Amino acid sequence: MAKHHVQTTVNGDPIEFLCDTSETLLDVLRNQLNMTGTKEGCSTGDCGACSVTVDGRLVCACLMLGVEANGKKVGTIEGLARGDTLHPLQQKFLEHAALQCGVCTPGFLVAAKSLLETNPDPTETEVRYYLAGNLCRCTGYDKIVRAVMDAAKDMRGSKAA
Amino acid sequence: MRYEAPETIEKACQLLAAEAGQARILAGGTDLLVQIKTDVLDPPLIIDIKRITEMRKITVDASGCWIGAAVTGAELKEHAPLRAAWPGVVEAANLIGSTQVQGRATMGGNLCNGSPAADSVPALIAAGAKALIVGPSGRRELPVEDVMIGVRKLALTKGEIVTGFVLPLRPKHGGDAYLRFIPRTEMDIAVVGCGVSLVLDAAGVCTAARMSLGAVAERPLLVDASALIGTKVDAAALDKLAAAASVACRPIDDKRGTKEFRVKVAGVLARRTAQIALDRAHGKTGTTH
Repeated sequence: MAKHHVQTTVNGDPIEFLCDTSETLLDVLRNQLNMTGTKEGCSTGDCGACSVTVDGRLVCACLMLGVEANGKKVGTIEGLARGDTLHPLQQKFLEHAALQCGVCTPGFLVAAKSLLETNPDPTETEVRYYLAGNLCRCTGYDKIVRAVMDAAKDMRGSKAA
Repeated sequence: MRYEAPETIEKACQLLAAEAGQARILAGGTDLLVQIKTDVLDPPLIIDIKRITEMRKITVDASGCWIGAAVTGAELKEHAPLRAAWPGVVEAANLIGSTQVQGRATMGGNLCNGSPAADSVPALIAAGAKALIVGPSGRRELPVEDVMIGVRKLALTKGEIVTGFVLPLRPKHGGDAYLRFIPRTEMDIAVVGCGVSLVLDAAGVCTAARMSLGAVAERPLLVDASALIGTKVDAAALDKLAAAASVACRPIDDKRGTKEFRVKVAGVLARRTAQIALDRAHGKTGTTH
């Protein structure tokens, strides 16, 4: 069977690729587009390491076929920083030491960005529930939650200013 | 493995009927893609139904509610009229998986995956939902409790697709709820799930009640809730409902819970779920989670 020709945008850039039915969006991002910021953890939708947005909706890239991205807008971790300027969430993750090995970090950042877009002033409980699908085996989560809360505060402040 | 994304239900049914092997429907893919990845399934054809407009739609109007089979959990949550009409159904669907999974997972998939522990199914059964099924020989409606007939077994014939769910309007003085027991707070599979929907008259006496239990048999069960009818859903009536729930269970022992535990928890959940449905029928708002 011929490969599927997929036209999509990734972080705002128009992208075309060819893929087999069995290739997930995660496979395409990492192996064809060389966007290896999105990590492969469990490959079964349990760990959130491959979190991306599709048409603004947070999903696991491992639970979506590459061909399904046709006509969609994909957002990945590579879209967070603006050149050398880190996204406030990235900056706060560094300041709070909210990572150790770093494999879960891109997924947490993409998920946290998605949370703050819909809920700029979340409670700690809301942060913890929203991020329940992102697993981290290093930090114990507290530093991640604090970084997200702190980033939310800064982002609200800069919006008001 | 071929992939098709038809834009009409008729075309999807034709593709499904014409495939000699076991074609699979792709809605959210949160079960299907895992089963392919882990070699449980190797379908020759995947039919993506997300380009079929009516399967992606929610409507709430004077004639009732329609929830397309390919509507995601996140979309259900954002639909205020549906949440107001059937909060138990929406909450049940929203218990499935993580935020990421909610971005993709659908109630059509939750039903057709054929798991006895599917969270949204008991809530749909309690609500009196009917599945609209379209196939080569036309359309038919089937009560949701009759769609799943066993573990991974559905009452669908070749070429048939569940296109969505028809729910009645929220009756006056009606309320529904769904609760499940899991040993943690999030991201787990029900040890027992319970949906209750009930209707009161103006004096607060229960005139209709439906209950459904998940994860206590080979499929979600519609369970006799007549213990509530004619009562004000007082403590004695809730005791009887709890007893009816426990009696209806025929669970297995597994790593999530023993038979004995599931039988007991079914009763506890029946009581708690009915209480929330009652509060909602009395016009008290609020969520369970």
